[in-house]
Amino acid sequence: MAVLKAKDLAVGYESQAVLDNINFEINSGDYFCIVGENGSGKSTLMKTMLGLISPVSGEISFAEGLEKNEIGYLPQQSDVQRDFPASVYEIVLSGCQNGLGKRFFYSKEQKALALDNIKKMGIEKLKSRCYRELSGGQQQRVLLARALCATKKALLLDEPVAGLDPQVTEEMYELIKQLNDDGMTIIMISHDLVNVQNYATKIFDVNSMKVTTIKADKEGK
Amino acid sequence: MLDQLFMYLSFPFVRYALIVGVLIALCSSLLGVTLVLKRYSFIGDGLSHVAFGSLAIATVLNVTNKMLIVLPLTIAFAILILRKGKNAKIKGDAAIAMLSVGALAFGYMIMNLFPSSSNVAGDVCSTLFGSTSILTLTQEDVWISGILSIIVIGIFILFYNRIFAVTFDEDFANAVGTKANAYNLLIATVIAVIIVLAMNLVGSLLISALVIFPALSAMSILKSFRSVTIFSAISSTICALLGILISILAGTPVGSTIVTVDVILFGICYLIGKIRG
Repeated sequence: MAVLKAKDLAVGYESQAVLDNINFEINSGDYFCIVGENGSGKSTLMKTMLGLISPVSGEISFAEGLEKNEIGYLPQQSDVQRDFPASVYEIVLSGCQNGLGKRFFYSKEQKALALDNIKKMGIEKLKSRCYRELSGGQQQRVLLARALCATKKALLLDEPVAGLDPQVTEEMYELIKQLNDDGMTIIMISHDLVNVQNYATKIFDVNSMKVTTIKADKEGK
Repeated sequence: MLDQLFMYLSFPFVRYALIVGVLIALCSSLLGVTLVLKRYSFIGDGLSHVAFGSLAIATVLNVTNKMLIVLPLTIAFAILILRKGKNAKIKGDAAIAMLSVGALAFGYMIMNLFPSSSNVAGDVCSTLFGSTSILTLTQEDVWISGILSIIVIGIFILFYNRIFAVTFDEDFANAVGTKANAYNLLIATVIAVIIVLAMNLVGSLLISALVIFPALSAMSILKSFRSVTIFSAISSTICALLGILISILAGTPVGSTIVTVDVILFGICYLIGKIRG
């Protein structure tokens, strides 16, 4: 079952294509990795998938009941967030914003969901800590918990292990793997080829524009 | 001294002025955190000069209610700046600097070309630095300011969660389907309203202080968005109250007195923050 389909897609800014001739299909339950060097247009491609920027040409379509408010997103950290006074709980809860609908405040269920995801990511003890005081790995867990509040189906991650040390990187990959095992579709950008080959089921290389399917490894891991 | 204070407080217009002053201080502190964190501080400053320019136009046109001209013009520029400023950061800065000094020069010029009273220097001074005393506000000003403040506070409370979401991470908000641009527009409009309101209290040059100081004080000692917001609101209210009372008793200009109290509080909070590490 295809969740996301790109057909003759070209992405870029202000009608200047950074990448073109993109064709792929992501199925439900896939662990789909987009690899390539820095500056090769991976983030631009992901922003297009998210609808933050419109495609230069071609089309990208969500299929079979995946609504825009059922996607979770883990962006790269921005400058603003580095000195933002917000508690872990506040940030995770903000992941429920797509479920607000016409209401102004979060419901009891949404608050419980936020707490659940905080537990799932193993950051319960940090619940009332200030985000800017956390380590890089802890911050990523917070943002992952927030993304989980927004989705049950598909998660888009932009360089989730950038700047983390090997030990924390390993933990982060395990967490994401677990989510994938639970049925979450994972779409991830990375330039960490070694780890990607251990975990992904499909790899899309932006240099060759080819999708490689890795199935055998999945059973073993 | 207390006798003097009670004597003043026995006049209803003094009490009204006090209430309005406090309400204005409260709502100007609410969006301070958002402004500081979104790097919009300079937008507040630019807008206050635009408000000065539009006030000059309103004065020259001699309309009975100046708000009718100042408010829409300031809101229009707020939206314009926000739209333009987002794409190119440095250019946006320069554009705002141009706009703000331009509006200032233009306003001062037309006030001199078409003087509406014999005391142009006095008029200009009170628009820039606020009325020498809040007690010179007209009854109508007091009512409009009171109502607008309550609307601003209401909007902030209702949209608190969304304002937080959009301030913390605009890309995430957009990605999960929140219309971040619409909320940026809402924030810009509210900022414009606050600036026009605060102009009555502290004058156009000092408005940014009223918006930014309470937020910075709170951010240097507190760690969650909610506590920072509540602390800014309370501290801004207390500073305004103290400032107004001191200015009544000591005869100092109300705007600069309030801002001085705000600055002192910031100094204290900053030190506490540094000591606690």
